[in-house]
Amino acid sequence: MNNTNNVRYQWRRTKNQIILATIAVLAIIPAIPLFVILFQLFQKGISSLSIDFFLNLPAPPGEPGGGIKNAIVGTFIIVGLASLMGVPISIMAGIYLSEYGKESKFAHLVRMCADIFQGVPSIVIGIIAYAWVVKPLGKFSALAGSVALAIMMIPVVVRTTEEVLRLVPNILREASLALGVPYWRTVLKVVLPTGMVGVTTGVLIAVARIAGETAPLLFTAFGNPFMTYNPLEPMNALPLLIFNYSMSPYEDWWQQAWGASIVLITIVLLLNIASRILARRVAGEK
Amino acid sequence: MSIENPIFRTEDLCAYYGDFMAIKHVTMSIPEKKVTAFMGPSGCGKTTILRCLNRLHELTPGAWYSGKIFLRDQDILEMDPILVRRKVGMVFQKPNPFPTMTIYDNVLAGYKLLGIRLKKEEADRICEEALRKAALWDEVKDILHRRGTFLSGGQQQRLCIARALAVNPEVLLMDEPTSALDPKATLQIENLIVDLKNTVTIIIVTHNMPQAGRVSDYSAFFYLGELVEFGPTAEMFTNPKDPRTEEYLTGKFS
Ligand SMILES: Nc1ncnc2c1ncn2[C@@H]1O[C@H](COP(=O)(O)OP(=O)(O)OP(=O)(O)O)[C@@H](O)[C@H]1O
Ligand SMILES: [Mg+2]
Repeated sequence: MNNTNNVRYQWRRTKNQIILATIAVLAIIPAIPLFVILFQLFQKGISSLSIDFFLNLPAPPGEPGGGIKNAIVGTFIIVGLASLMGVPISIMAGIYLSEYGKESKFAHLVRMCADIFQGVPSIVIGIIAYAWVVKPLGKFSALAGSVALAIMMIPVVVRTTEEVLRLVPNILREASLALGVPYWRTVLKVVLPTGMVGVTTGVLIAVARIAGETAPLLFTAFGNPFMTYNPLEPMNALPLLIFNYSMSPYEDWWQQAWGASIVLITIVLLLNIASRILARRVAGEK
Repeated sequence: MSIENPIFRTEDLCAYYGDFMAIKHVTMSIPEKKVTAFMGPSGCGKTTILRCLNRLHELTPGAWYSGKIFLRDQDILEMDPILVRRKVGMVFQKPNPFPTMTIYDNVLAGYKLLGIRLKKEEADRICEEALRKAALWDEVKDILHRRGTFLSGGQQQRLCIARALAVNPEVLLMDEPTSALDPKATLQIENLIVDLKNTVTIIIVTHNMPQAGRVSDYSAFFYLGELVEFGPTAEMFTNPKDPRTEEYLTGKFS
Protein backbone atom coordinates (compact mmCIF):
# COMPACT_ATOMS: atom_id res chain seq x y z
CA MET A 1 0.00 0.00 0.00
CA ASN A 2 2.58 2.41 1.20
CA ASN A 3 4.84 1.24 -1.56
CA THR A 4 2.37 1.87 -4.40
CA ASN A 5 1.70 5.32 -3.03
CA ASN A 6 5.37 6.03 -3.13
CA VAL A 7 5.69 4.80 -6.70
CA ARG A 8 2.75 6.92 -7.74
CA TYR A 9 4.25 9.93 -6.08
CA GLN A 10 7.54 9.38 -7.88
CA TRP A 11 5.75 9.05 -11.19
CA ARG A 12 3.78 12.24 -10.59
CA ARG A 13 6.99 14.06 -9.81
CA THR A 14 8.67 12.81 -12.95
CA LYS A 15 5.64 13.72 -15.03
CA ASN A 16 5.73 17.19 -13.55
CA GLN A 17 9.38 17.60 -14.43
CA ILE A 18 8.91 16.38 -17.98
CA ILE A 19 6.09 18.83 -18.58
CA LEU A 20 8.05 21.65 -17.02
CA ALA A 21 11.06 20.91 -19.22
CA THR A 22 8.86 20.76 -22.33
CA ILE A 23 7.30 24.11 -21.53
CA ALA A 24 10.72 25.65 -20.94
CA VAL A 25 11.99 24.39 -24.28
CA LEU A 26 8.87 25.60 -26.08
CA ALA A 27 9.25 29.00 -24.47
CA ILE A 28 12.84 29.30 -25.60
CA ILE A 29 12.18 28.35 -29.24
CA PRO A 30 10.54 31.63 -30.31
CA ALA A 31 13.34 33.57 -28.66
CA ILE A 32 16.02 31.74 -30.67
CA PRO A 33 15.62 33.62 -33.97
CA LEU A 34 15.64 36.89 -32.06
CA PHE A 35 18.97 36.09 -30.47
CA VAL A 36 20.40 34.72 -33.70
CA ILE A 37 19.47 37.95 -35.46
CA LEU A 38 20.90 40.12 -32.72
CA PHE A 39 24.05 38.03 -32.62
CA GLN A 40 24.54 38.20 -36.38
CA LEU A 41 23.84 41.90 -36.39
CA PHE A 42 26.50 42.62 -33.84
CA GLN A 43 28.95 40.17 -35.35
CA LYS A 44 28.74 41.78 -38.77
CA GLY A 45 28.15 45.38 -37.77
CA ILE A 46 30.23 45.97 -34.68
CA SER A 47 33.39 46.56 -36.73
CA SER A 48 31.84 49.56 -38.51
CA LEU A 49 31.00 51.28 -35.25
CA SER A 50 33.45 54.03 -34.43
CA ILE A 51 33.25 57.65 -33.43
CA ASP A 52 33.80 58.64 -37.04
CA PHE A 53 30.89 56.47 -38.08
CA PHE A 54 28.59 58.65 -35.98
CA LEU A 55 30.18 62.02 -36.78
CA ASN A 56 31.02 61.77 -40.49
CA LEU A 57 28.91 62.11 -43.57
CA PRO A 58 28.73 59.30 -46.11
CA ALA A 59 31.77 59.07 -48.36
CA PRO A 60 31.22 59.09 -52.13
CA PRO A 61 30.86 55.62 -53.63
CA GLY A 62 34.17 53.86 -53.94
CA GLU A 63 35.90 55.94 -51.31
CA PRO A 64 36.56 54.25 -47.98
CA GLY A 65 35.33 55.56 -44.60
CA GLY A 66 32.42 57.88 -44.15
CA GLY A 67 29.67 57.80 -41.55
CA ILE A 68 25.96 58.01 -41.13
CA LYS A 69 25.60 61.30 -39.28
CA ASN A 70 23.08 62.65 -41.78
CA ALA A 71 20.88 59.57 -41.41
CA ILE A 72 20.88 59.69 -37.61
CA VAL A 73 20.06 63.39 -37.58
CA GLY A 74 17.49 62.84 -40.32
CA THR A 75 15.76 60.08 -38.40
CA PHE A 76 15.48 62.32 -35.36
CA ILE A 77 14.15 65.24 -37.42
CA ILE A 78 11.65 63.17 -39.41
CA VAL A 79 10.39 61.23 -36.40
CA GLY A 80 10.37 64.38 -34.26
CA LEU A 81 8.32 66.31 -36.82
CA ALA A 82 5.97 63.37 -37.20
CA SER A 83 5.44 63.29 -33.43
CA LEU A 84 4.90 67.04 -33.35
CA MET A 85 2.20 66.68 -35.98
CA GLY A 86 0.71 63.42 -34.81
CA VAL A 87 0.83 63.35 -31.02
CA PRO A 88 -1.21 66.42 -30.01
CA ILE A 89 -4.18 65.68 -32.28
CA SER A 90 -4.05 61.99 -31.38
CA ILE A 91 -4.17 62.75 -27.67
CA MET A 92 -7.03 65.17 -28.23
CA ALA A 93 -8.88 62.55 -30.25
CA GLY A 94 -8.23 59.97 -27.53
CA ILE A 95 -9.60 62.38 -24.93
CA TYR A 96 -12.62 62.99 -27.13
CA LEU A 97 -13.34 59.26 -27.47
CA SER A 98 -12.90 58.49 -23.79
CA GLU A 99 -14.48 61.57 -22.19
CA TYR A 100 -16.91 63.07 -24.67
CA GLY A 101 -17.80 60.80 -27.59
CA LYS A 102 -18.05 57.61 -25.55
CA GLU A 103 -20.76 55.46 -27.12
CA SER A 104 -22.00 58.01 -29.67
CA LYS A 105 -22.25 57.08 -33.34
CA PHE A 106 -19.55 59.56 -34.28
CA ALA A 107 -17.17 58.13 -31.69
CA HIS A 108 -17.72 54.64 -33.09
CA LEU A 109 -16.98 55.97 -36.54
CA VAL A 110 -13.73 57.56 -35.35
CA ARG A 111 -12.74 54.31 -33.64
CA MET A 112 -13.50 52.32 -36.77
CA CYS A 113 -11.41 54.67 -38.91
CA ALA A 114 -8.51 54.42 -36.47
CA ASP A 115 -8.67 50.64 -36.49
CA ILE A 116 -8.85 50.50 -40.27
CA PHE A 117 -5.94 52.91 -40.62
CA GLN A 118 -3.88 50.80 -38.28
CA GLY A 119 -4.21 47.96 -40.74
CA VAL A 120 -3.28 49.91 -43.89
CA PRO A 121 0.09 48.71 -45.28
CA SER A 122 2.78 51.29 -44.68
CA ILE A 123 3.68 51.49 -48.37
CA VAL A 124 0.13 52.68 -49.08
CA ILE A 125 0.50 55.37 -46.45
CA GLY A 126 3.69 56.41 -48.24
CA ILE A 127 1.67 56.79 -51.43
CA ILE A 128 -0.91 58.90 -49.61
CA ALA A 129 1.82 61.22 -48.31
CA TYR A 130 3.27 61.33 -51.82
CA ALA A 131 -0.07 62.50 -53.21
CA TRP A 132 -0.70 64.96 -50.38
CA VAL A 133 2.73 66.54 -49.95
CA VAL A 134 5.29 65.52 -52.56
CA LYS A 135 3.04 66.22 -55.55
CA PRO A 136 1.88 69.69 -54.47
CA LEU A 137 5.38 70.75 -53.37
CA GLY A 138 6.90 69.30 -56.48
CA LYS A 139 9.75 67.52 -54.68
CA PHE A 140 10.64 64.91 -52.12
CA SER A 141 11.00 66.24 -48.59
CA ALA A 142 11.50 65.23 -44.98
CA LEU A 143 8.16 66.88 -44.30
CA ALA A 144 6.41 64.41 -46.59
CA GLY A 145 8.10 61.56 -44.73
CA SER A 146 6.97 63.02 -41.43
CA VAL A 147 3.40 63.29 -42.69
CA ALA A 148 3.49 59.61 -43.66
CA LEU A 149 4.88 58.58 -40.26
CA ALA A 150 2.41 60.84 -38.45
CA ILE A 151 -0.46 59.11 -40.27
CA MET A 152 1.00 55.81 -39.10
CA MET A 153 1.26 56.81 -35.46
CA ILE A 154 -2.05 58.64 -35.10
CA PRO A 155 -4.32 55.58 -34.84
CA VAL A 156 -1.99 53.91 -32.34
CA VAL A 157 -1.79 56.92 -30.05
CA VAL A 158 -5.52 57.65 -30.36
CA ARG A 159 -6.49 54.17 -29.26
CA THR A 160 -3.93 53.81 -26.45
CA THR A 161 -4.85 57.25 -25.10
CA GLU A 162 -8.50 56.29 -25.10
CA GLU A 163 -7.85 52.95 -23.40
CA VAL A 164 -5.64 54.48 -20.74
CA LEU A 165 -8.04 57.32 -19.93
CA ARG A 166 -10.92 54.88 -19.67
CA LEU A 167 -8.97 53.14 -16.92
CA VAL A 168 -8.98 56.31 -14.82
CA PRO A 169 -11.54 55.51 -12.09
CA ASN A 170 -14.81 57.37 -12.51
CA ILE A 171 -14.77 58.15 -8.83
CA LEU A 172 -11.91 60.62 -9.45
CA ARG A 173 -13.94 62.45 -12.09
CA GLU A 174 -16.83 62.64 -9.65
CA ALA A 175 -14.56 63.87 -6.85
CA SER A 176 -13.52 66.76 -9.07
CA LEU A 177 -17.01 67.51 -10.39
CA ALA A 178 -18.39 67.44 -6.85
CA LEU A 179 -15.98 70.27 -5.99
CA GLY A 180 -17.70 72.39 -8.63
CA VAL A 181 -14.99 71.94 -11.22
CA PRO A 182 -16.33 72.15 -14.80
CA TYR A 183 -16.13 68.98 -16.87
CA TRP A 184 -13.45 70.19 -19.30
CA ARG A 185 -11.21 71.27 -16.43
CA THR A 186 -11.78 67.92 -14.75
CA VAL A 187 -10.65 66.20 -17.92
CA LEU A 188 -7.54 68.35 -18.33
CA LYS A 189 -6.50 68.61 -14.68
CA VAL A 190 -7.58 65.29 -13.18
CA VAL A 191 -8.20 62.66 -15.85
CA LEU A 192 -5.28 63.49 -18.14
CA PRO A 193 -2.63 63.84 -15.40
CA THR A 194 -3.83 60.60 -13.79
CA GLY A 195 -3.46 58.78 -17.09
CA MET A 196 -0.38 60.72 -18.24
CA VAL A 197 2.16 57.96 -17.65
CA GLY A 198 0.06 55.57 -19.69
CA VAL A 199 -0.44 58.10 -22.46
CA THR A 200 3.30 58.71 -22.60
CA THR A 201 3.92 54.98 -22.78
CA GLY A 202 1.59 54.77 -25.77
CA VAL A 203 3.41 57.63 -27.49
CA LEU A 204 6.80 55.98 -26.94
CA ILE A 205 5.57 52.69 -28.35
CA ALA A 206 4.22 54.50 -31.40
CA VAL A 207 7.47 56.41 -31.89
CA ALA A 208 9.47 53.19 -31.62
CA ARG A 209 7.22 51.67 -34.24
CA ILE A 210 7.59 54.44 -36.81
CA ALA A 211 11.32 54.99 -36.23
CA GLY A 212 12.14 51.80 -38.10
CA GLU A 213 9.70 52.24 -40.98
CA THR A 214 11.24 52.24 -44.45
CA ALA A 215 8.41 51.92 -46.91
CA PRO A 216 6.61 55.18 -46.08
CA LEU A 217 9.88 57.09 -46.53
CA LEU A 218 10.90 55.64 -49.90
CA PHE A 219 9.12 58.17 -52.05
CA THR A 220 8.61 60.89 -49.49
CA ALA A 221 11.81 61.69 -47.57
CA PHE A 222 13.57 59.77 -50.34
CA GLY A 223 17.09 59.91 -48.90
CA ASN A 224 19.99 62.26 -49.35
CA PRO A 225 23.73 61.59 -49.21
CA PHE A 226 24.35 65.11 -47.90
CA MET A 227 23.67 66.75 -44.60
CA THR A 228 20.51 68.81 -44.39
CA TYR A 229 18.43 70.22 -41.57
CA ASN A 230 15.80 71.64 -43.91
CA PRO A 231 12.57 69.67 -43.68
CA LEU A 232 11.58 70.86 -47.14
CA GLU A 233 14.55 69.06 -48.69
CA PRO A 234 14.93 65.35 -49.28
CA MET A 235 16.50 63.91 -46.14
CA ASN A 236 18.24 60.73 -45.15
CA ALA A 237 17.03 58.45 -42.40
CA LEU A 238 18.48 55.29 -40.88
CA PRO A 239 16.02 52.85 -42.47
CA LEU A 240 16.48 54.52 -45.88
CA LEU A 241 20.25 54.40 -45.58
CA ILE A 242 20.15 50.74 -44.60
CA PHE A 243 17.87 50.00 -47.54
CA ASN A 244 19.93 51.95 -50.08
CA TYR A 245 23.28 50.67 -48.85
CA SER A 246 22.28 47.07 -48.80
CA MET A 247 20.95 47.35 -52.36
CA SER A 248 24.22 48.92 -53.52
CA PRO A 249 27.02 47.01 -55.24
CA TYR A 250 29.65 48.25 -52.75
CA GLU A 251 30.89 45.88 -50.11
CA ASP A 252 31.91 48.54 -47.59
CA TRP A 253 28.38 49.99 -47.85
CA TRP A 254 26.97 46.61 -46.95
CA GLN A 255 29.25 46.69 -43.98
CA GLN A 256 27.99 50.14 -43.00
CA ALA A 257 24.39 48.99 -43.43
CA TRP A 258 25.04 46.44 -40.66
CA GLY A 259 26.49 49.17 -38.45
CA ALA A 260 23.51 51.45 -39.13
CA SER A 261 21.17 48.56 -38.29
CA ILE A 262 22.78 48.26 -34.86
CA VAL A 263 22.21 51.98 -34.30
CA LEU A 264 18.59 51.78 -35.41
CA ILE A 265 17.85 48.67 -33.36
CA THR A 266 19.43 50.26 -30.31
CA ILE A 267 17.26 53.38 -30.65
CA VAL A 268 14.09 51.30 -31.03
CA LEU A 269 15.11 49.04 -28.15
CA LEU A 270 15.77 52.00 -25.87
CA LEU A 271 12.36 53.46 -26.69
CA ASN A 272 10.75 50.13 -25.93
CA ILE A 273 12.60 49.77 -22.65
CA ALA A 274 11.61 53.32 -21.65
CA SER A 275 7.97 52.54 -22.36
CA ARG A 276 8.24 49.30 -20.37
CA ILE A 277 9.64 51.14 -17.37
CA LEU A 278 6.86 53.71 -17.57
CA ALA A 279 4.24 51.01 -17.97
CA ARG A 280 5.56 49.27 -14.89
CA ARG A 281 5.26 52.52 -12.98
CA VAL A 282 1.59 52.71 -13.99
CA ALA A 283 1.01 49.19 -12.76
CA GLY A 284 2.85 49.94 -9.53
CA GLU A 285 0.72 52.96 -8.76
CA LYS A 286 -2.60 51.16 -8.95
CA MET B 1 -43.51 67.26 10.61
CA SER B 2 -42.33 70.81 9.98
CA ILE B 3 -38.80 72.09 10.05
CA GLU B 4 -38.17 75.77 10.57
CA ASN B 5 -35.75 77.47 8.20
CA PRO B 6 -34.77 74.35 6.30
CA ILE B 7 -31.60 74.58 4.23
CA PHE B 8 -32.89 72.06 1.70
CA ARG B 9 -36.49 71.54 0.74
CA THR B 10 -37.57 69.08 -1.94
CA GLU B 11 -40.98 69.31 -3.53
CA ASP B 12 -42.43 66.25 -5.21
CA LEU B 13 -38.93 65.19 -6.25
CA CYS B 14 -38.71 62.23 -8.60
CA ALA B 15 -35.46 60.87 -9.96
CA TYR B 16 -35.17 58.47 -12.86
CA TYR B 17 -32.65 56.23 -14.59
CA GLY B 18 -34.16 56.11 -18.07
CA ASP B 19 -37.67 54.72 -17.53
CA PHE B 20 -36.92 53.51 -14.03
CA MET B 21 -38.20 55.76 -11.28
CA ALA B 22 -35.70 55.44 -8.42
CA ILE B 23 -37.02 58.30 -6.25
CA LYS B 24 -40.78 58.69 -5.99
CA HIS B 25 -42.44 62.00 -5.13
CA VAL B 26 -40.27 62.90 -2.18
CA THR B 27 -41.20 66.07 -0.32
CA MET B 28 -39.06 66.86 2.67
CA SER B 29 -37.11 69.55 4.50
CA ILE B 30 -33.58 69.25 5.82
CA PRO B 31 -32.78 71.34 8.89
CA GLU B 32 -29.76 73.64 8.87
CA LYS B 33 -26.63 72.94 10.95
CA LYS B 34 -27.88 69.53 11.95
CA VAL B 35 -26.92 66.01 10.99
CA THR B 36 -29.58 64.19 9.01
CA ALA B 37 -29.24 60.47 8.35
CA PHE B 38 -30.72 58.77 5.28
CA MET B 39 -31.57 55.15 6.00
CA GLY B 40 -33.29 52.30 4.28
CA PRO B 41 -32.69 48.91 2.78
CA SER B 42 -30.20 48.44 -0.03
CA GLY B 43 -31.45 49.78 -3.34
CA CYS B 44 -34.10 52.04 -1.85
CA GLY B 45 -32.57 55.14 -3.43
CA LYS B 46 -30.45 56.74 -0.70
CA THR B 47 -27.46 57.30 -2.95
CA THR B 48 -29.71 58.48 -5.74
CA ILE B 49 -31.44 61.19 -3.71
CA LEU B 50 -28.14 62.27 -2.17
CA ARG B 51 -26.69 62.71 -5.63
CA CYS B 52 -29.72 64.78 -6.62
CA LEU B 53 -28.87 67.30 -3.93
CA ASN B 54 -25.60 68.32 -5.60
CA ARG B 55 -26.71 67.60 -9.17
CA LEU B 56 -24.36 64.63 -9.52
CA HIS B 57 -27.31 62.42 -10.45
CA GLU B 58 -27.46 63.88 -13.95
CA LEU B 59 -23.93 62.61 -14.72
CA THR B 60 -25.30 59.09 -15.07
CA PRO B 61 -26.28 58.58 -18.72
CA GLY B 62 -30.04 58.60 -19.05
CA ALA B 63 -30.64 59.98 -15.56
CA TRP B 64 -33.12 62.82 -15.06
CA TYR B 65 -35.37 64.44 -12.45
CA SER B 66 -38.69 66.11 -11.99
CA GLY B 67 -39.92 68.26 -9.14
CA LYS B 68 -38.07 70.93 -7.23
CA ILE B 69 -35.12 71.08 -4.83
CA PHE B 70 -34.74 74.36 -2.99
CA LEU B 71 -31.43 75.30 -1.43
CA ARG B 72 -32.76 78.09 0.81
CA ASP B 73 -34.89 79.93 -1.76
CA GLN B 74 -33.26 78.85 -4.97
CA ASP B 75 -34.32 75.85 -7.01
CA ILE B 76 -31.02 74.11 -7.65
CA LEU B 77 -32.45 72.27 -10.64
CA GLU B 78 -32.64 75.68 -12.31
CA MET B 79 -29.16 76.74 -11.20
CA ASP B 80 -25.77 76.24 -12.78
CA PRO B 81 -24.70 72.82 -11.42
CA ILE B 82 -21.20 74.16 -10.81
CA LEU B 83 -22.51 76.76 -8.38
CA VAL B 84 -24.65 74.13 -6.65
CA ARG B 85 -21.64 71.89 -6.16
CA ARG B 86 -19.56 74.72 -4.71
CA LYS B 87 -22.20 75.10 -2.03
CA VAL B 88 -22.95 71.42 -1.51
CA GLY B 89 -19.84 69.31 -0.98
CA MET B 90 -19.66 65.55 -1.10
CA VAL B 91 -17.70 62.72 0.51
CA PHE B 92 -17.89 59.39 -1.26
CA GLN B 93 -18.19 55.84 -0.02
CA LYS B 94 -14.68 54.95 -1.14
CA PRO B 95 -11.91 57.43 -0.28
CA ASN B 96 -10.86 59.08 -3.52
CA PRO B 97 -7.95 61.48 -3.09
CA PHE B 98 -6.39 62.58 -6.37
CA PRO B 99 -3.47 60.18 -6.88
CA THR B 100 -1.32 62.69 -8.77
CA MET B 101 -1.52 65.30 -6.03
CA THR B 102 0.19 65.85 -2.69
CA ILE B 103 -1.82 66.01 0.53
CA TYR B 104 -1.53 69.79 0.41
CA ASP B 105 -2.76 70.01 -3.17
CA ASN B 106 -5.57 67.56 -2.46
CA VAL B 107 -6.92 69.78 0.28
CA LEU B 108 -6.72 72.82 -2.00
CA ALA B 109 -8.02 70.94 -5.05
CA GLY B 110 -11.28 72.93 -4.99
CA TYR B 111 -9.23 76.04 -5.73
CA LYS B 112 -6.38 74.64 -7.83
CA LEU B 113 -8.56 72.67 -10.22
CA LEU B 114 -10.63 75.78 -10.83
CA GLY B 115 -7.49 77.79 -11.55
CA ILE B 116 -8.11 80.08 -8.55
CA ARG B 117 -4.80 81.55 -7.43
CA LEU B 118 -4.26 81.92 -3.71
CA LYS B 119 -1.48 83.75 -1.92
CA LYS B 120 0.91 81.36 -0.20
CA GLU B 121 -0.13 82.40 3.32
CA GLU B 122 -3.80 82.17 2.46
CA ALA B 123 -3.38 78.74 0.88
CA ASP B 124 -1.46 77.55 3.94
CA ARG B 125 -4.15 78.91 6.23
CA ILE B 126 -7.04 77.30 4.31
CA CYS B 127 -5.16 74.01 4.16
CA GLU B 128 -4.41 73.95 7.88
CA GLU B 129 -7.92 75.03 8.82
CA ALA B 130 -9.54 72.34 6.67
CA LEU B 131 -7.20 69.63 7.93
CA ARG B 132 -7.86 70.68 11.52
CA LYS B 133 -11.61 70.54 10.95
CA ALA B 134 -11.13 67.08 9.48
CA ALA B 135 -9.06 66.06 12.54
CA LEU B 136 -6.14 65.14 10.32
CA TRP B 137 -3.76 68.05 10.85
CA ASP B 138 -1.61 66.51 13.57
CA GLU B 139 -1.08 63.34 11.60
CA VAL B 140 -0.06 64.95 8.31
CA LYS B 141 1.37 68.37 9.16
CA ASP B 142 4.93 67.14 8.53
CA ILE B 143 4.18 65.23 5.34
CA LEU B 144 2.00 67.71 3.50
CA HIS B 145 4.09 67.31 0.38
CA ARG B 146 3.73 63.58 0.08
CA ARG B 147 1.13 61.93 -2.14
CA GLY B 148 -2.30 61.64 -0.57
CA THR B 149 -2.57 58.03 -1.67
CA PHE B 150 0.17 57.02 0.80
CA LEU B 151 -2.20 57.56 3.71
CA SER B 152 -4.26 54.84 5.37
CA GLY B 153 -7.88 54.38 4.29
CA GLY B 154 -9.24 56.28 7.27
CA GLN B 155 -6.75 59.10 6.80
CA GLN B 156 -7.59 59.25 3.10
CA GLN B 157 -11.27 59.58 3.94
CA ARG B 158 -10.54 62.43 6.35
CA LEU B 159 -8.38 64.00 3.64
CA CYS B 160 -11.41 63.86 1.35
CA ILE B 161 -13.49 65.49 4.07
CA ALA B 162 -10.85 68.22 4.40
CA ARG B 163 -10.90 68.68 0.63
CA ALA B 164 -14.67 69.12 0.69
CA LEU B 165 -14.55 71.50 3.68
CA ALA B 166 -11.77 73.66 2.22
CA VAL B 167 -14.17 75.41 -0.15
CA ASN B 168 -16.55 76.24 2.74
CA PRO B 169 -19.67 74.44 1.56
CA GLU B 170 -22.99 75.06 3.25
CA VAL B 171 -23.90 71.40 3.14
CA LEU B 172 -21.76 68.27 3.26
CA LEU B 173 -23.21 65.11 1.71
CA MET B 174 -21.69 61.83 2.89
CA ASP B 175 -22.52 58.53 1.23
CA GLU B 176 -21.68 55.74 3.65
CA PRO B 177 -18.37 57.44 4.46
CA THR B 178 -17.24 54.76 6.89
CA SER B 179 -18.32 51.59 5.13
CA ALA B 180 -14.80 51.00 3.78
CA LEU B 181 -13.10 51.70 7.11
CA ASP B 182 -12.15 49.79 10.25
CA PRO B 183 -13.91 50.47 13.60
CA LYS B 184 -11.26 52.86 14.88
CA ALA B 185 -11.25 54.99 11.75
CA THR B 186 -15.05 54.83 11.77
CA LEU B 187 -15.15 56.19 15.30
CA GLN B 188 -12.81 59.05 14.35
CA ILE B 189 -15.07 60.04 11.47
CA GLU B 190 -18.18 59.81 13.63
CA ASN B 191 -16.63 62.13 16.23
CA LEU B 192 -15.66 64.43 13.43
CA ILE B 193 -19.23 64.57 12.13
CA VAL B 194 -20.54 65.53 15.55
CA ASP B 195 -17.91 68.29 15.84
CA LEU B 196 -18.66 69.62 12.38
CA LYS B 197 -22.35 70.20 12.74
CA ASN B 198 -21.89 73.61 14.30
CA THR B 199 -20.33 74.84 11.10
CA VAL B 200 -21.97 72.89 8.31
CA THR B 201 -25.17 71.00 7.58
CA ILE B 202 -24.48 67.29 7.15
CA ILE B 203 -26.52 64.66 5.36
CA ILE B 204 -25.17 61.16 5.81
CA VAL B 205 -26.26 57.91 4.23
CA THR B 206 -25.65 55.00 6.53
CA HIS B 207 -26.54 51.34 6.84
CA ASN B 208 -25.32 51.29 10.36
CA MET B 209 -28.18 51.90 12.80
CA PRO B 210 -26.04 52.53 15.88
CA GLN B 211 -24.03 54.99 13.81
CA ALA B 212 -27.16 56.87 12.79
CA GLY B 213 -28.15 56.92 16.44
CA ARG B 214 -24.78 58.30 17.53
CA VAL B 215 -24.31 61.04 14.97
CA SER B 216 -27.64 62.18 13.62
CA ASP B 217 -30.26 64.60 14.90
CA TYR B 218 -32.83 63.76 12.25
CA SER B 219 -33.45 60.64 10.23
CA ALA B 220 -35.19 59.90 6.97
CA PHE B 221 -36.31 56.38 6.19
CA PHE B 222 -36.66 55.40 2.52
CA TYR B 223 -38.28 52.34 1.09
CA LEU B 224 -38.42 51.47 -2.62
CA GLY B 225 -37.77 55.07 -3.58
CA GLU B 226 -40.37 56.56 -1.28
CA LEU B 227 -39.78 58.63 1.81
CA VAL B 228 -41.58 56.62 4.46
CA GLU B 229 -40.77 58.58 7.54
CA PHE B 230 -38.85 61.65 8.61
CA GLY B 231 -38.27 62.94 12.12
CA PRO B 232 -35.89 63.41 15.02
CA THR B 233 -33.68 60.34 15.23
CA ALA B 234 -34.41 59.64 18.88
CA GLU B 235 -38.12 59.71 18.23
CA MET B 236 -37.93 57.50 15.17
CA PHE B 237 -35.75 54.95 16.90
CA THR B 238 -37.91 54.66 19.97
CA ASN B 239 -41.29 55.16 18.41
CA PRO B 240 -41.40 54.58 14.65
CA LYS B 241 -44.73 55.56 13.11
CA ASP B 242 -44.63 53.37 10.04
CA PRO B 243 -44.54 49.59 10.34
CA ARG B 244 -41.91 49.40 7.57
CA THR B 245 -39.60 51.62 9.58
CA GLU B 246 -40.10 49.47 12.60
CA GLU B 247 -39.36 46.31 10.66
CA TYR B 248 -36.18 47.84 9.30
CA LEU B 249 -35.04 49.11 12.67
CA THR B 250 -35.61 45.74 14.27
CA GLY B 251 -33.63 44.08 11.55
CA LYS B 252 -36.44 42.23 9.74
CA PHE B 253 -34.92 43.25 6.43
CA SER B 254 -31.79 45.03 5.36
N1 LIG C 1 -26.78 53.87 -12.85
C1 LIG C 1 -27.96 53.29 -12.64
N2 LIG C 1 -28.73 52.89 -13.67
C2 LIG C 1 -29.92 52.30 -13.48
N3 LIG C 1 -30.44 52.07 -12.28
C3 LIG C 1 -29.74 52.44 -11.20
C4 LIG C 1 -28.47 53.07 -11.32
N4 LIG C 1 -28.00 53.32 -10.07
C5 LIG C 1 -28.93 52.86 -9.23
N5 LIG C 1 -29.99 52.34 -9.88
C6 LIG C 1 -31.20 51.78 -9.29
O1 LIG C 1 -31.81 52.77 -8.52
C7 LIG C 1 -32.27 52.24 -7.29
C8 LIG C 1 -31.69 53.01 -6.14
O2 LIG C 1 -30.30 52.83 -6.13
P1 LIG C 1 -29.38 53.53 -5.05
O3 LIG C 1 -27.97 53.28 -5.47
O4 LIG C 1 -29.79 54.93 -4.89
O5 LIG C 1 -29.71 52.70 -3.74
P2 LIG C 1 -29.09 52.81 -2.29
O6 LIG C 1 -30.22 53.06 -1.38
O7 LIG C 1 -27.99 53.80 -2.28
O8 LIG C 1 -28.54 51.36 -2.06
P3 LIG C 1 -27.26 50.88 -1.22
O9 LIG C 1 -27.67 50.94 0.19
O10 LIG C 1 -27.06 49.48 -1.67
O11 LIG C 1 -26.13 51.78 -1.55
C9 LIG C 1 -31.89 50.77 -7.29
O12 LIG C 1 -33.03 50.03 -7.64
C10 LIG C 1 -30.84 50.66 -8.35
O13 LIG C 1 -30.93 49.42 -8.99
MG1 LIG D 1 -25.83 53.65 -1.94
